Amino acid sequence: MPPDFISNLYVFILAGFVGFQVIRRVSPLLHTPLMSLTNALDAIVVVAAIIIAGRHETRLTTVLGAIAVAASFSNMVGGFLITDRMLRMFKSRGPKKS
Amino acid sequence: MTELALQQYLDFAYIVAVVLFILSLKGLSSPASARWGVLAGEIGAALAVIVTLCNPEVAQYKWILITLIIGAGVGVPLGLVHMTAVPQRTALSHAFGALSAAMIGVAEYYVGTAPTRFEMGEIALEVIIGSLTFTGSLIAAGKLQEILPQRPIVYRGQNIVSLSVLAGALGLAVALVVNPANATLFPVMVIVALFFGILLVTPIGGADMPTVISLLNSYAGVSAALLGFVLNSKVLVVAGALDGSSGLILSVIMCKAMNRSFTNVMFGAFGQVQASAAGVQEDRTVRSATPDEAAGILAAANKVVIVPGYGMAVAQAQHKVRELYDALTKRGVDVRFAIHPVAGRMPGHMNVLLAEADIPYDRLIEMDDINGDFPQTDVALVIGANDVTNPAARTDTGSPIYGMPILDVDKARTVMVIKRSMNPGFAGIDNPLYYLDKTLMLFGDAKSFVNSIVHELSGNAH
Repeated sequence: MPPDFISNLYVFILAGFVGFQVIRRVSPLLHTPLMSLTNALDAIVVVAAIIIAGRHETRLTTVLGAIAVAASFSNMVGGFLITDRMLRMFKSRGPKKS
Repeated sequence: MTELALQQYLDFAYIVAVVLFILSLKGLSSPASARWGVLAGEIGAALAVIVTLCNPEVAQYKWILITLIIGAGVGVPLGLVHMTAVPQRTALSHAFGALSAAMIGVAEYYVGTAPTRFEMGEIALEVIIGSLTFTGSLIAAGKLQEILPQRPIVYRGQNIVSLSVLAGALGLAVALVVNPANATLFPVMVIVALFFGILLVTPIGGADMPTVISLLNSYAGVSAALLGFVLNSKVLVVAGALDGSSGLILSVIMCKAMNRSFTNVMFGAFGQVQASAAGVQEDRTVRSATPDEAAGILAAANKVVIVPGYGMAVAQAQHKVRELYDALTKRGVDVRFAIHPVAGRMPGHMNVLLAEADIPYDRLIEMDDINGDFPQTDVALVIGANDVTNPAARTDTGSPIYGMPILDVDKARTVMVIKRSMNPGFAGIDNPLYYLDKTLMLFGDAKSFVNSIVHELSGNAH
Protein backbone atom coordinates (compact mmCIF):
# COMPACT_ATOMS: atom_id res chain seq x y z
CA MET A 1 0.00 0.00 0.00
CA PRO A 2 1.56 3.33 -1.02
CA PRO A 3 2.17 5.72 1.90
CA ASP A 4 0.09 8.45 0.24
CA PHE A 5 -2.98 6.25 0.39
CA ILE A 6 -3.45 6.74 4.12
CA SER A 7 -3.10 10.51 3.98
CA ASN A 8 -5.53 10.63 1.05
CA LEU A 9 -7.96 8.50 3.03
CA TYR A 10 -7.71 10.94 5.95
CA VAL A 11 -8.47 13.83 3.61
CA PHE A 12 -11.35 11.94 1.99
CA ILE A 13 -13.02 11.06 5.27
CA LEU A 14 -12.60 14.52 6.77
CA ALA A 15 -13.81 16.23 3.58
CA GLY A 16 -16.77 13.86 3.52
CA PHE A 17 -17.70 14.89 7.06
CA VAL A 18 -17.30 18.58 6.26
CA GLY A 19 -19.44 18.03 3.18
CA PHE A 20 -22.16 16.34 5.20
CA GLN A 21 -22.24 19.07 7.82
CA VAL A 22 -22.24 21.93 5.33
CA ILE A 23 -24.69 20.40 2.85
CA ARG A 24 -27.12 19.28 5.54
CA ARG A 25 -27.68 22.98 6.19
CA VAL A 26 -28.49 23.83 2.58
CA SER A 27 -32.13 24.80 2.32
CA PRO A 28 -34.26 22.38 0.24
CA LEU A 29 -35.26 25.53 -1.64
CA LEU A 30 -31.79 25.55 -3.19
CA HIS A 31 -31.33 21.86 -3.95
CA THR A 32 -31.19 22.40 -7.71
CA PRO A 33 -28.51 25.14 -7.49
CA LEU A 34 -26.69 22.92 -4.98
CA MET A 35 -26.47 20.18 -7.56
CA SER A 36 -25.22 22.48 -10.30
CA LEU A 37 -22.71 24.12 -7.93
CA THR A 38 -21.26 20.80 -6.74
CA ASN A 39 -21.07 19.85 -10.40
CA ALA A 40 -19.03 22.94 -11.17
CA LEU A 41 -16.75 22.31 -8.17
CA ASP A 42 -16.36 18.66 -9.16
CA ALA A 43 -15.16 19.89 -12.55
CA ILE A 44 -11.88 20.68 -10.80
CA VAL A 45 -10.76 17.36 -12.33
CA VAL A 46 -9.84 19.70 -15.17
CA VAL A 47 -6.54 20.30 -13.34
CA ALA A 48 -5.67 16.62 -13.67
CA ALA A 49 -6.80 16.64 -17.27
CA ILE A 50 -4.54 19.62 -18.02
CA ILE A 51 -1.54 17.77 -16.61
CA ILE A 52 -2.31 14.60 -18.60
CA ALA A 53 -2.87 16.51 -21.84
CA GLY A 54 0.08 18.83 -21.22
CA ARG A 55 2.65 16.13 -20.39
CA HIS A 56 2.23 14.98 -23.97
CA GLU A 57 3.55 11.46 -23.30
CA THR A 58 1.83 9.40 -25.95
CA ARG A 59 -0.74 10.33 -28.56
CA LEU A 60 -3.37 8.22 -26.75
CA THR A 61 -2.93 9.87 -23.35
CA THR A 62 -2.89 13.33 -24.94
CA VAL A 63 -6.16 12.64 -26.75
CA LEU A 64 -7.77 11.21 -23.60
CA GLY A 65 -6.52 14.18 -21.59
CA ALA A 66 -7.79 16.62 -24.20
CA ILE A 67 -11.29 15.07 -24.15
CA ALA A 68 -11.20 15.28 -20.36
CA VAL A 69 -10.17 18.96 -20.45
CA ALA A 70 -13.05 19.85 -22.76
CA ALA A 71 -15.64 17.81 -20.82
CA SER A 72 -14.68 19.06 -17.37
CA PHE A 73 -14.07 22.67 -18.37
CA SER A 74 -17.51 22.83 -19.99
CA ASN A 75 -18.93 21.65 -16.65
CA MET A 76 -16.98 24.27 -14.77
CA VAL A 77 -18.06 27.15 -17.01
CA GLY A 78 -21.63 25.94 -17.49
CA GLY A 79 -22.09 24.91 -13.86
CA PHE A 80 -21.08 28.24 -12.37
CA LEU A 81 -23.02 30.15 -15.00
CA ILE A 82 -26.32 28.34 -14.48
CA THR A 83 -25.96 28.30 -10.70
CA ASP A 84 -25.56 32.06 -10.66
CA ARG A 85 -28.48 32.49 -13.08
CA MET A 86 -30.71 30.39 -10.84
CA LEU A 87 -29.69 32.12 -7.64
CA ARG A 88 -30.32 35.53 -9.18
CA MET A 89 -33.96 34.49 -9.59
CA PHE A 90 -34.55 33.75 -5.93
CA LYS A 91 -36.00 36.92 -4.46
CA SER A 92 -37.58 37.26 -1.06
CA ARG A 93 -40.30 39.60 -2.35
CA GLY A 94 -41.30 39.74 -5.97
CA PRO A 95 -41.50 43.19 -7.55
CA LYS A 96 -44.96 44.51 -6.89
CA LYS A 97 -47.10 45.03 -9.94
CA SER A 98 -50.12 47.09 -9.08
CA MET B 1 12.87 28.95 -7.78
CA THR B 2 13.60 25.24 -7.61
CA GLU B 3 11.03 22.83 -8.89
CA LEU B 4 10.30 21.47 -5.43
CA ALA B 5 9.54 24.90 -4.05
CA LEU B 6 7.26 25.61 -7.01
CA GLN B 7 5.38 22.40 -6.32
CA GLN B 8 4.79 23.60 -2.78
CA TYR B 9 3.40 26.89 -4.02
CA LEU B 10 1.04 24.99 -6.28
CA ASP B 11 -0.13 22.85 -3.39
CA PHE B 12 -0.67 25.94 -1.29
CA ALA B 13 -2.86 27.43 -4.03
CA TYR B 14 -4.87 24.20 -4.13
CA ILE B 15 -5.46 24.42 -0.38
CA VAL B 16 -6.81 27.95 -0.83
CA ALA B 17 -9.05 26.64 -3.63
CA VAL B 18 -10.37 23.86 -1.40
CA VAL B 19 -11.19 26.31 1.40
CA LEU B 20 -13.05 28.50 -1.11
CA PHE B 21 -15.00 25.45 -2.32
CA ILE B 22 -16.20 24.66 1.18
CA LEU B 23 -17.14 28.32 1.76
CA SER B 24 -18.95 28.21 -1.56
CA LEU B 25 -21.19 25.37 -0.41
CA LYS B 26 -21.63 27.04 2.96
CA GLY B 27 -23.00 30.07 1.12
CA LEU B 28 -25.94 28.00 -0.08
CA SER B 29 -27.33 27.76 3.44
CA SER B 30 -29.43 30.83 2.63
CA PRO B 31 -30.55 32.45 -0.64
CA ALA B 32 -29.10 35.76 0.57
CA SER B 33 -25.51 34.49 0.81
CA ALA B 34 -25.72 32.00 -2.03
CA ARG B 35 -24.44 34.25 -4.80
CA TRP B 36 -21.37 35.13 -2.73
CA GLY B 37 -20.86 31.41 -2.40
CA VAL B 38 -20.83 30.98 -6.15
CA LEU B 39 -18.27 33.77 -6.43
CA ALA B 40 -16.04 32.03 -3.86
CA GLY B 41 -16.29 28.82 -5.86
CA GLU B 42 -15.45 30.63 -9.09
CA ILE B 43 -12.37 32.26 -7.58
CA GLY B 44 -11.23 28.91 -6.17
CA ALA B 45 -11.71 27.14 -9.49
CA ALA B 46 -9.99 29.90 -11.47
CA LEU B 47 -7.05 29.88 -9.05
CA ALA B 48 -6.68 26.11 -9.34
CA VAL B 49 -6.80 26.19 -13.15
CA ILE B 50 -4.31 29.06 -13.44
CA VAL B 51 -1.72 27.54 -11.10
CA THR B 52 -2.08 24.20 -12.89
CA LEU B 53 -1.27 25.87 -16.19
CA CYS B 54 1.94 27.11 -14.50
CA ASN B 55 2.89 23.57 -13.51
CA PRO B 56 6.26 22.69 -15.11
CA GLU B 57 4.91 19.22 -15.95
CA VAL B 58 2.79 20.89 -18.61
CA ALA B 59 5.06 20.75 -21.62
CA GLN B 60 2.68 21.53 -24.44
CA TYR B 61 -0.08 24.10 -24.39
CA LYS B 62 -1.59 23.80 -27.85
CA TRP B 63 -4.14 21.09 -27.11
CA ILE B 64 -4.91 22.44 -23.69
CA LEU B 65 -5.83 25.85 -25.03
CA ILE B 66 -7.86 24.40 -27.90
CA THR B 67 -9.82 22.10 -25.59
CA LEU B 68 -10.33 24.81 -22.97
CA ILE B 69 -11.91 26.93 -25.71
CA ILE B 70 -14.04 23.98 -26.85
CA GLY B 71 -15.05 23.34 -23.25
CA ALA B 72 -16.08 26.95 -22.76
CA GLY B 73 -17.89 26.86 -26.11
CA VAL B 74 -19.93 23.89 -24.94
CA GLY B 75 -20.28 25.07 -21.34
CA VAL B 76 -21.65 28.55 -21.99
CA PRO B 77 -24.71 27.42 -23.97
CA LEU B 78 -25.28 24.67 -21.39
CA GLY B 79 -25.20 27.34 -18.72
CA LEU B 80 -27.79 29.39 -20.57
CA VAL B 81 -30.46 26.72 -21.12
CA HIS B 82 -34.06 27.44 -20.26
CA MET B 83 -35.00 26.65 -16.66
CA THR B 84 -37.37 23.87 -17.74
CA ALA B 85 -34.35 22.10 -19.28
CA VAL B 86 -32.32 22.16 -16.08
CA PRO B 87 -32.91 18.47 -15.17
CA GLN B 88 -31.53 17.16 -18.47
CA ARG B 89 -28.70 19.70 -18.39
CA THR B 90 -27.77 18.45 -14.93
CA ALA B 91 -27.82 14.82 -16.07
CA LEU B 92 -25.63 15.79 -19.02
CA SER B 93 -23.14 17.53 -16.77
CA HIS B 94 -22.95 14.42 -14.56
CA ALA B 95 -22.11 12.56 -17.77
CA PHE B 96 -19.39 15.05 -18.70
CA GLY B 97 -17.88 14.99 -15.20
CA ALA B 98 -17.83 11.19 -15.16
CA LEU B 99 -16.46 11.04 -18.72
CA SER B 100 -13.63 13.34 -17.73
CA ALA B 101 -12.76 11.31 -14.63
CA ALA B 102 -12.94 8.03 -16.56
CA MET B 103 -10.76 9.34 -19.42
CA ILE B 104 -8.06 10.48 -17.00
CA GLY B 105 -8.17 7.11 -15.23
CA VAL B 106 -7.78 5.31 -18.57
CA ALA B 107 -4.90 7.59 -19.55
CA GLU B 108 -3.24 6.93 -16.21
CA TYR B 109 -3.31 3.20 -16.94
CA TYR B 110 -1.42 3.72 -20.19
CA VAL B 111 1.07 6.25 -18.80
CA GLY B 112 4.56 4.93 -18.09
CA THR B 113 5.07 1.40 -16.81
CA ALA B 114 2.30 -0.96 -15.71
CA PRO B 115 0.78 0.09 -12.38
CA THR B 116 1.32 -1.88 -9.18
CA ARG B 117 -1.51 -4.15 -8.03
CA PHE B 118 -2.73 -1.61 -5.53
CA GLU B 119 -2.71 1.21 -8.08
CA MET B 120 -4.43 -1.10 -10.56
CA GLY B 121 -7.23 -1.70 -8.05
CA GLU B 122 -7.72 2.03 -7.59
CA ILE B 123 -7.66 2.74 -11.33
CA ALA B 124 -10.06 -0.13 -12.13
CA LEU B 125 -12.58 0.96 -9.51
CA GLU B 126 -12.34 4.58 -10.59
CA VAL B 127 -12.74 3.79 -14.28
CA ILE B 128 -15.68 1.42 -13.66
CA ILE B 129 -17.60 3.99 -11.61
CA GLY B 130 -16.74 6.80 -14.01
CA SER B 131 -17.79 4.78 -17.07
CA LEU B 132 -21.10 3.55 -15.69
CA THR B 133 -21.92 7.05 -14.47
CA PHE B 134 -21.14 8.42 -17.92
CA THR B 135 -23.51 6.14 -19.85
CA GLY B 136 -26.09 6.06 -17.05
CA SER B 137 -26.22 9.86 -17.01
CA LEU B 138 -26.52 10.01 -20.79
CA ILE B 139 -29.52 7.67 -20.62
CA ALA B 140 -31.03 9.78 -17.85
CA ALA B 141 -30.50 12.95 -19.89
CA GLY B 142 -32.07 11.25 -22.93
CA LYS B 143 -35.13 10.28 -20.91
CA LEU B 144 -35.47 13.77 -19.46
CA GLN B 145 -35.11 15.34 -22.90
CA GLU B 146 -37.69 12.78 -24.08
CA ILE B 147 -35.38 11.48 -26.79
CA LEU B 148 -35.76 8.14 -25.01
CA PRO B 149 -39.07 6.88 -23.62
CA GLN B 150 -39.72 8.07 -20.07
CA ARG B 151 -41.53 4.83 -19.27
CA PRO B 152 -39.56 2.27 -17.30
CA ILE B 153 -38.30 -0.32 -19.78
CA VAL B 154 -38.46 -3.64 -17.99
CA TYR B 155 -38.11 -7.28 -18.91
CA ARG B 156 -38.03 -10.55 -17.04
CA GLY B 157 -34.81 -11.33 -15.22
CA GLN B 158 -33.55 -7.78 -15.69
CA ASN B 159 -31.80 -7.53 -12.36
CA ILE B 160 -30.00 -10.82 -12.94
CA VAL B 161 -28.76 -9.65 -16.34
CA SER B 162 -27.70 -6.22 -15.01
CA LEU B 163 -25.95 -7.60 -11.97
CA SER B 164 -24.18 -10.23 -14.10
CA VAL B 165 -22.80 -7.47 -16.30
CA LEU B 166 -21.63 -5.57 -13.21
CA ALA B 167 -20.09 -8.77 -11.86
CA GLY B 168 -18.36 -9.19 -15.23
CA ALA B 169 -16.81 -5.71 -14.97
CA LEU B 170 -15.69 -6.37 -11.40
CA GLY B 171 -14.34 -9.77 -12.39
CA LEU B 172 -12.24 -8.18 -15.12
CA ALA B 173 -11.04 -5.64 -12.56
CA VAL B 174 -9.92 -8.46 -10.26
CA ALA B 175 -8.15 -10.17 -13.16
CA LEU B 176 -6.36 -6.91 -13.88
CA VAL B 177 -5.31 -6.54 -10.25
CA VAL B 178 -3.84 -10.04 -10.41
CA ASN B 179 -1.99 -9.15 -13.58
CA PRO B 180 -1.90 -5.38 -14.17
CA ALA B 181 0.19 -5.79 -17.32
CA ASN B 182 -2.64 -7.61 -19.15
CA ALA B 183 -3.44 -4.67 -21.39
CA THR B 184 -6.07 -6.47 -23.47
CA LEU B 185 -8.43 -6.87 -20.51
CA PHE B 186 -8.47 -3.17 -19.66
CA PRO B 187 -10.48 -1.85 -22.63
CA VAL B 188 -12.89 -4.80 -22.28
CA MET B 189 -13.50 -3.82 -18.66
CA VAL B 190 -14.22 -0.22 -19.71
CA ILE B 191 -16.73 -1.37 -22.35
CA VAL B 192 -18.50 -3.71 -19.92
CA ALA B 193 -18.74 -0.90 -17.35
CA LEU B 194 -20.13 1.48 -19.98
CA PHE B 195 -22.71 -1.16 -20.89
CA PHE B 196 -23.68 -1.62 -17.25
CA GLY B 197 -24.44 2.11 -16.95
CA ILE B 198 -26.98 1.77 -19.77
CA LEU B 199 -28.60 -1.25 -18.11
CA LEU B 200 -28.67 0.55 -14.76
CA VAL B 201 -30.75 3.54 -15.85
CA THR B 202 -32.84 2.19 -18.76
CA PRO B 203 -35.40 0.46 -16.49
CA ILE B 204 -36.04 3.63 -14.50
CA GLY B 205 -39.16 5.71 -15.06
CA GLY B 206 -39.35 9.49 -15.34
CA ALA B 207 -40.98 9.98 -11.94
CA ASP B 208 -37.96 8.38 -10.26
CA MET B 209 -35.51 10.76 -11.90
CA PRO B 210 -34.97 12.93 -8.78
CA THR B 211 -33.45 9.92 -7.02
CA VAL B 212 -31.49 8.78 -10.04
CA ILE B 213 -30.01 12.20 -10.73
CA SER B 214 -28.95 12.52 -7.09
CA LEU B 215 -27.41 9.08 -7.13
CA LEU B 216 -25.53 9.76 -10.38
CA ASN B 217 -24.34 13.03 -8.83
CA SER B 218 -22.95 11.02 -5.94
CA TYR B 219 -21.27 8.52 -8.28
CA ALA B 220 -19.68 11.34 -10.28
CA GLY B 221 -18.27 12.73 -7.03
CA VAL B 222 -16.98 9.35 -5.93
CA SER B 223 -15.24 8.81 -9.27
CA ALA B 224 -13.52 12.20 -8.94
CA ALA B 225 -12.43 11.40 -5.39
CA LEU B 226 -11.08 8.01 -6.47
CA LEU B 227 -9.22 9.76 -9.26
CA GLY B 228 -7.67 11.92 -6.54
CA PHE B 229 -6.43 8.71 -4.90
CA VAL B 230 -5.03 7.45 -8.21
CA LEU B 231 -3.21 10.69 -8.96
CA ASN B 232 -2.45 11.48 -5.33
CA SER B 233 -4.20 14.83 -5.75
CA LYS B 234 -5.83 16.07 -2.56
CA VAL B 235 -7.79 18.81 -4.28
CA LEU B 236 -9.60 16.14 -6.30
CA VAL B 237 -10.14 14.02 -3.19
CA VAL B 238 -11.78 16.96 -1.42
CA ALA B 239 -13.89 18.14 -4.37
CA GLY B 240 -14.98 14.57 -5.06
CA ALA B 241 -15.85 13.96 -1.41
CA LEU B 242 -17.92 17.16 -1.29
CA ASP B 243 -19.77 16.27 -4.50
CA GLY B 244 -20.20 12.67 -3.40
CA SER B 245 -21.61 13.58 0.00
CA SER B 246 -23.91 16.16 -1.55
CA GLY B 247 -25.29 13.59 -3.99
CA LEU B 248 -25.62 11.06 -1.20
CA ILE B 249 -27.54 13.46 1.06
CA LEU B 250 -29.89 14.35 -1.80
CA SER B 251 -30.37 10.66 -2.67
CA VAL B 252 -31.30 9.88 0.93
CA ILE B 253 -33.75 12.79 1.03
CA MET B 254 -35.32 11.65 -2.25
CA CYS B 255 -35.52 8.03 -1.06
CA LYS B 256 -37.25 9.09 2.13
CA ALA B 257 -39.64 11.29 0.19
CA MET B 258 -40.64 8.30 -1.95
CA ASN B 259 -40.49 5.79 0.88
CA ARG B 260 -38.00 3.66 -1.02
CA SER B 261 -35.16 1.85 0.62
CA PHE B 262 -31.62 2.62 -0.37
CA THR B 263 -31.02 -0.96 -1.55
CA ASN B 264 -34.01 -0.64 -3.82
CA VAL B 265 -32.31 2.34 -5.44
CA MET B 266 -28.83 0.79 -5.53
CA PHE B 267 -30.09 -2.16 -7.53
CA GLY B 268 -31.97 -0.02 -9.98
CA ALA B 269 -35.24 -1.77 -9.33
CA PHE B 270 -37.39 1.35 -9.52
CA GLY B 271 -40.38 1.55 -11.70
CA GLN B 272 -41.03 -2.15 -11.49
CA VAL B 273 -43.41 -1.90 -8.56
CA GLN B 274 -45.36 0.68 -10.45
CA ALA B 275 -45.52 -1.31 -13.67
CA SER B 276 -47.63 -3.95 -11.96
CA ALA B 277 -49.76 -1.41 -10.19
CA ALA B 278 -52.43 -0.69 -12.79
CA GLY B 279 -55.10 -2.19 -10.61
CA VAL B 280 -58.87 -2.31 -10.57
CA GLN B 281 -60.53 0.83 -11.77
CA GLU B 282 -64.02 1.36 -10.50
CA ASP B 283 -66.41 3.65 -12.27
CA ARG B 284 -66.67 6.40 -9.77
CA THR B 285 -68.01 9.83 -10.43
CA VAL B 286 -65.95 12.96 -10.34
CA ARG B 287 -67.13 16.54 -10.17
CA SER B 288 -65.67 18.96 -12.63
CA ALA B 289 -65.74 22.74 -12.83
CA THR B 290 -65.26 25.47 -15.41
CA PRO B 291 -62.61 28.23 -15.15
CA ASP B 292 -65.43 30.61 -14.25
CA GLU B 293 -66.50 28.50 -11.26
CA ALA B 294 -62.90 27.88 -10.21
CA ALA B 295 -62.17 31.62 -10.29
CA GLY B 296 -65.23 32.28 -8.14
CA ILE B 297 -64.16 29.76 -5.50
CA LEU B 298 -60.56 31.05 -5.47
CA ALA B 299 -61.69 34.68 -5.17
CA ALA B 300 -63.90 33.83 -2.21
CA ALA B 301 -61.09 32.03 -0.35
CA ASN B 302 -58.88 33.44 2.37
CA LYS B 303 -56.10 30.90 2.20
CA VAL B 304 -55.04 29.12 -0.95
CA VAL B 305 -52.25 26.59 -1.29
CA ILE B 306 -51.01 25.77 -4.78
CA VAL B 307 -49.41 22.35 -5.25
CA PRO B 308 -47.21 22.31 -8.36
CA GLY B 309 -45.89 19.16 -9.99
CA TYR B 310 -44.13 17.96 -13.10
CA GLY B 311 -47.27 18.70 -15.15
CA MET B 312 -46.75 22.40 -14.47
CA ALA B 313 -43.20 22.14 -15.82
CA VAL B 314 -44.32 20.23 -18.91
CA ALA B 315 -47.04 22.78 -19.67
CA GLN B 316 -44.56 25.61 -18.91
CA ALA B 317 -47.34 27.08 -16.82
CA GLN B 318 -45.17 28.73 -14.15
CA HIS B 319 -45.56 32.26 -15.56
CA LYS B 320 -49.34 31.91 -15.75
CA VAL B 321 -49.29 30.56 -12.20
CA ARG B 322 -47.44 33.70 -11.22
CA GLU B 323 -50.23 35.80 -12.80
CA LEU B 324 -52.75 33.81 -10.79
CA TYR B 325 -50.67 34.42 -7.67
CA ASP B 326 -50.65 38.17 -8.42
CA ALA B 327 -54.37 38.32 -9.15
CA LEU B 328 -55.28 36.51 -5.92
CA THR B 329 -52.75 38.37 -3.77
CA LYS B 330 -54.18 41.65 -5.06
CA ARG B 331 -57.57 40.55 -3.78
CA GLY B 332 -56.10 39.90 -0.35
CA VAL B 333 -56.01 36.12 -0.67
CA ASP B 334 -53.09 34.46 1.14
CA VAL B 335 -51.41 32.28 -1.51
CA ARG B 336 -48.62 29.84 -0.74
CA PHE B 337 -47.00 26.98 -2.60
CA ALA B 338 -46.55 23.48 -1.18
CA ILE B 339 -43.38 21.81 -2.44
CA HIS B 340 -43.00 18.06 -2.21
CA PRO B 341 -39.31 16.99 -2.23
CA VAL B 342 -39.77 14.78 -5.30
CA ALA B 343 -42.14 17.06 -7.23
CA GLY B 344 -40.68 17.42 -10.71
CA ARG B 345 -37.69 15.71 -12.20
CA MET B 346 -34.85 16.70 -9.87
CA PRO B 347 -34.38 17.92 -6.29
CA GLY B 348 -35.62 21.49 -5.96
CA HIS B 349 -37.03 21.57 -9.51
CA MET B 350 -40.29 23.33 -8.58
CA ASN B 351 -38.52 25.98 -6.52
CA VAL B 352 -36.35 26.98 -9.47
CA LEU B 353 -39.29 27.16 -11.88
CA LEU B 354 -41.37 29.26 -9.50
CA ALA B 355 -38.42 31.49 -8.66
CA GLU B 356 -37.91 31.97 -12.40
CA ALA B 357 -41.50 33.19 -12.58
CA ASP B 358 -40.63 35.78 -9.90
CA ILE B 359 -42.59 34.20 -7.09
CA PRO B 360 -40.96 35.24 -3.79
CA TYR B 361 -39.18 32.27 -2.23
CA ASP B 362 -40.72 32.81 1.20
CA ARG B 363 -44.03 31.71 -0.41
CA LEU B 364 -42.53 28.31 -1.29
CA ILE B 365 -43.12 26.01 1.67
CA GLU B 366 -41.64 22.56 2.21
CA MET B 367 -43.92 19.59 2.79
CA ASP B 368 -43.27 19.16 6.51
CA ASP B 369 -43.89 22.84 7.19
CA ILE B 370 -47.14 23.14 5.29
CA ASN B 371 -48.89 19.83 5.93
CA GLY B 372 -50.23 21.02 9.29
CA ASP B 373 -51.85 24.02 7.57
CA PHE B 374 -54.05 22.16 5.08
CA PRO B 375 -57.04 21.80 7.47
CA GLN B 376 -57.12 25.63 7.71
CA THR B 377 -56.75 26.02 3.95
CA ASP B 378 -59.80 27.02 1.95
CA VAL B 379 -58.60 25.83 -1.43
CA ALA B 380 -55.79 23.49 -2.38
CA LEU B 381 -55.09 23.93 -6.10
CA VAL B 382 -53.13 21.01 -7.54
CA ILE B 383 -51.39 21.83 -10.82
CA GLY B 384 -49.83 18.86 -12.58
CA ALA B 385 -49.02 16.88 -9.44
CA ASN B 386 -50.46 13.42 -8.86
CA ASP B 387 -48.76 10.76 -6.73
CA VAL B 388 -47.46 13.27 -4.18
CA THR B 389 -51.08 14.15 -3.34
CA ASN B 390 -52.48 10.61 -3.33
CA PRO B 391 -54.16 9.88 0.03
CA ALA B 392 -53.89 6.14 -0.71
CA ALA B 393 -50.25 6.50 0.40
CA ARG B 394 -51.57 7.13 3.92
CA THR B 395 -54.43 4.65 4.08
CA ASP B 396 -54.26 1.89 1.47
CA THR B 397 -51.71 -0.71 2.55
CA GLY B 398 -52.09 -2.40 -0.84
CA SER B 399 -51.08 0.69 -2.79
CA PRO B 400 -47.62 0.61 -4.38
CA ILE B 401 -46.94 4.02 -2.90
CA TYR B 402 -48.21 3.13 0.60
CA GLY B 403 -46.07 4.83 3.22
CA MET B 404 -44.78 7.55 0.92
CA PRO B 405 -45.06 10.94 2.64
CA ILE B 406 -47.59 13.06 0.77
CA LEU B 407 -48.98 16.58 0.82
CA ASP B 408 -52.26 16.35 2.75
CA VAL B 409 -54.28 18.30 0.20
CA ASP B 410 -57.34 16.16 0.91
CA LYS B 411 -57.59 17.89 4.30
CA ALA B 412 -58.21 21.29 2.69
CA ARG B 413 -61.81 22.49 2.59
CA THR B 414 -61.94 22.41 -1.20
CA VAL B 415 -59.52 20.69 -3.55
CA MET B 416 -59.15 21.66 -7.19
CA VAL B 417 -57.05 19.56 -9.53
CA ILE B 418 -55.96 20.75 -12.96
CA LYS B 419 -55.45 17.66 -15.08
CA ARG B 420 -55.64 16.83 -18.76
CA SER B 421 -57.99 13.88 -18.33
CA MET B 422 -58.83 11.12 -15.91
CA ASN B 423 -56.14 8.89 -17.45
CA PRO B 424 -53.75 7.83 -14.74
CA GLY B 425 -50.15 8.78 -15.51
CA PHE B 426 -47.65 6.14 -16.59
CA ALA B 427 -47.34 5.19 -12.94
CA GLY B 428 -50.84 3.81 -13.35
CA ILE B 429 -51.84 4.45 -9.77
CA ASP B 430 -55.41 5.58 -9.25
CA ASN B 431 -55.78 8.65 -7.05
CA PRO B 432 -58.78 8.51 -4.67
CA LEU B 433 -58.36 12.26 -4.15
CA TYR B 434 -60.18 12.85 -7.43
CA TYR B 435 -63.35 11.12 -6.24
CA LEU B 436 -63.79 13.03 -2.99
CA ASP B 437 -66.93 15.16 -2.64
CA LYS B 438 -64.81 18.21 -1.94
CA THR B 439 -62.71 17.75 -5.06
CA LEU B 440 -63.34 19.62 -8.29
CA MET B 441 -61.55 18.43 -11.40
CA LEU B 442 -60.46 21.17 -13.77
CA PHE B 443 -59.90 19.37 -17.06
CA GLY B 444 -57.51 20.99 -19.48
CA ASP B 445 -53.96 22.05 -20.18
CA ALA B 446 -52.41 23.59 -17.07
CA LYS B 447 -51.23 26.72 -18.83
CA SER B 448 -54.44 27.54 -20.67
CA PHE B 449 -56.65 26.62 -17.72
CA VAL B 450 -54.74 28.85 -15.33
CA ASN B 451 -54.84 31.54 -17.98
CA SER B 452 -58.64 31.27 -18.16
CA ILE B 453 -58.91 31.52 -14.37
CA VAL B 454 -56.72 34.64 -14.39
CA HIS B 455 -58.93 36.06 -17.13
CA GLU B 456 -62.06 35.49 -15.10
CA LEU B 457 -60.50 37.01 -12.00
CA SER B 458 -59.38 40.16 -13.79
CA GLY B 459 -62.76 40.38 -15.58
CA ASN B 460 -64.57 40.41 -12.25
CA ALA B 461 -62.26 43.08 -10.91
CA HIS B 462 -63.33 45.69 -13.44
